[in-house]
Amino acid sequence: MRIRHLDCALGVLFLLIADAAAVDNPVPQTVVRIGVTPVFLDHQTAFLDDWREYLETRLQKPVVFKQRSNYREIMELLQAEELDFAWICGYPFIRFRQDLRLLAVPIYQGEPLYQSYLIVPDTDTDTGSILGLRDKIFAYSDPDSNSGYLVPQFQLHALGEDQSNFFRRSFFTWAHQKVVEAVARGVADGGAVDGYVWDTLAKVNPELTSRTRIVTKSEKFGFPPFVARRSVDDREFRRMKDVLTGMPNDATGRALLQRLNLDGFGQGNDRLFDGIAEIFEAVPVR
Amino acid sequence: MLSNLSLRYKVPIRISLLILIVALAVTVSLLARSYLMFKQDLFVSSENMGRIVASTLTEALLHDDVWKAYEIINAPFRVDSKEGALQADTVIVLDKSERVYVSTAPREYPILSDPALKDDEIAIVQRELPQHDPASPVMIEMSGLGNIYVVTPIDSDGVLLGRLVMLYSHEIYIDRFLSFVRQAAMTAALIIVLLLPFGVYWGQRTAAPLVELSKSMGQVGSSIPQIPDSRILTDGDEIGQLWAQFQRMIEQLREKEALEKQMVVSDRLAAIGRFTAGIAHEINNPLGGLLNATNTLQTHGAQDPLTSKTVSLLERGLLQIKATVGALLVEAKPETHPVTRQDIEDTRTLVMPAAQKKSATLDWVNRIRQPANVPSTYVRQILINLLLNSIDAVPEYGSISCEISTTDGVLRITTYNEGEKINNNDLEHLFEPFVSGRESGRGLGLWVTYQIVNTLNGSIEVSSDEDDTHFVVTLPLRQAA
Repeated sequence: MRIRHLDCALGVLFLLIADAAAVDNPVPQTVVRIGVTPVFLDHQTAFLDDWREYLETRLQKPVVFKQRSNYREIMELLQAEELDFAWICGYPFIRFRQDLRLLAVPIYQGEPLYQSYLIVPDTDTDTGSILGLRDKIFAYSDPDSNSGYLVPQFQLHALGEDQSNFFRRSFFTWAHQKVVEAVARGVADGGAVDGYVWDTLAKVNPELTSRTRIVTKSEKFGFPPFVARRSVDDREFRRMKDVLTGMPNDATGRALLQRLNLDGFGQGNDRLFDGIAEIFEAVPVR
Repeated sequence: MLSNLSLRYKVPIRISLLILIVALAVTVSLLARSYLMFKQDLFVSSENMGRIVASTLTEALLHDDVWKAYEIINAPFRVDSKEGALQADTVIVLDKSERVYVSTAPREYPILSDPALKDDEIAIVQRELPQHDPASPVMIEMSGLGNIYVVTPIDSDGVLLGRLVMLYSHEIYIDRFLSFVRQAAMTAALIIVLLLPFGVYWGQRTAAPLVELSKSMGQVGSSIPQIPDSRILTDGDEIGQLWAQFQRMIEQLREKEALEKQMVVSDRLAAIGRFTAGIAHEINNPLGGLLNATNTLQTHGAQDPLTSKTVSLLERGLLQIKATVGALLVEAKPETHPVTRQDIEDTRTLVMPAAQKKSATLDWVNRIRQPANVPSTYVRQILINLLLNSIDAVPEYGSISCEISTTDGVLRITTYNEGEKINNNDLEHLFEPFVSGRESGRGLGLWVTYQIVNTLNGSIEVSSDEDDTHFVVTLPLRQAA
């Protein structure tokens, strides 16, 4: 702790040297490490670069984004304190709540909520609910995703179906966007996808989403939140929170939010994710 | 029809055909080669591709990661392929139970479906597979199959996890082949365009002498053709030899014709000679009596002036007859001495006044150094006759030349004059008696010359053209007794 205080005191000096050191030889105590998961269109490297630059300016600290191919790896990094913050799904948040602190919740279409969409290829005009996909091929996004896994699992359970045998075959694409691709190309007969990702894709890649059809939209759940590891320094925590929630207050931040297709980041509270917790409780252990 | 065609066309056509056939053969062989190479290419590249993709798929299959497997087999399709690149149309991953694990055409080959039900060809391929090495990629191309199948096993530590099936449409063969065909056709067309004019030119060049020869030979019979100068010196090849042979034939024909003409002329001259000699003898005998009678009358008869005058007239008339007849008869003159240089020079002195009278120049070459054993009287008579004729023939201030020499056992007299050309008809009758191209003279000079030359077993030749007329007299030298 003393070392960190010292670092903060020498913040200005640090800035002069850290930029060069940040990428090649990151010093854990001085770099803000943020994990990102495919809860948004995370493959936009150019966007992440711009966002990193923005955050560095605001935080007066070097920022590193870490991307992993699935949610679990990000969670493991958080738990191992290899990350300070992460943008994860509500589902792992409620499961590992004791290790995490809720930092901020994105505001999407005016509220910190989103839905899970059940999609089928646009050639399938019959399917009216998930029951129509019995003995079909189904694409989930990630076993640690609420909208891309937990929600359809819960829906099947609620309908009295044995979710382990309902589909003929199911597989994970490890990203919401790829669920859309799998369904659009007909690899899967149906899929569960983050509604926010689908909506955003419909803006940036309408050709892809147009080859899918939304069958049902789930109830609303707490939007995938920004979290901090429990052990993160309070001051760091507050600064990060301020920066995120303050994004709509400046032009650069607004432009970034527009690219994220979000209104901003709100304080949020743990109760937002009670809905996810409920269905998690309801669904038998996987 | 075609066999009657002129070589002028036949040879170029044949050469052109040959060029076409060669171009075609080269094109076809190139195509065949490129087809085989392409097939080899396809096999090698698809086999490599199969091995690489299969090895990357191992992990996905072990972890049962359908999407990863899909992304792996789909990766080659994400890149916009260049035209002609060898790319599979469809890639199917089969699981252990030969059902579709995932495919790049999920609507045709959905996950967990039996591909053999969807596609008869895959059923055939599956039946075919056990005949091949199960551990390495197999390329199955059978007639009746619309696609070429490359099947690669996906295994982990020797345990078969599934198979990678890559379908290559025959269309890529066809497309590639067509592009080869286009290229080859372009090349062939270029070769043909470049070579055909050469071929035609060459063909015509080769055929031309034959065509010309045929044309010339066609004239034989009706006339003796002139051989074109360009053909007189030809190559030593068969056509050249033909031309040379033809030329010899033409020469022989000419000689034969000339000989025939000469024979006709000499036969006629001989007949005329015998005839005139006969008449001359018949006239000479009574003439001798008549002259004796007039002589007797002048010596012993009455000497009245009228009779004397009449007898004298008779005698002069008879003497003229005798002179004429004597001129017709070339009698064996008494042996005279062999002709000497001086004899020849004397002749020149004799004819010079006549030449000077016409202001003609006489070019005189006398090569006689030693006496030549030919009767000098005859030689002088021949020379005088020829020279006087020449002087007569040339215009005022004309020029005449004369050369006398002995070579190879003959005495040769050659005269040239610038006189007008003697036409062919006159040439034939030139040596006949009483034939004269001019007003004066009896026309006996050349006749006599001919007779003398004949008597001496020599020959006389005459030729005449626009520029000059020349006589060549050849007299064999007698062997000294």
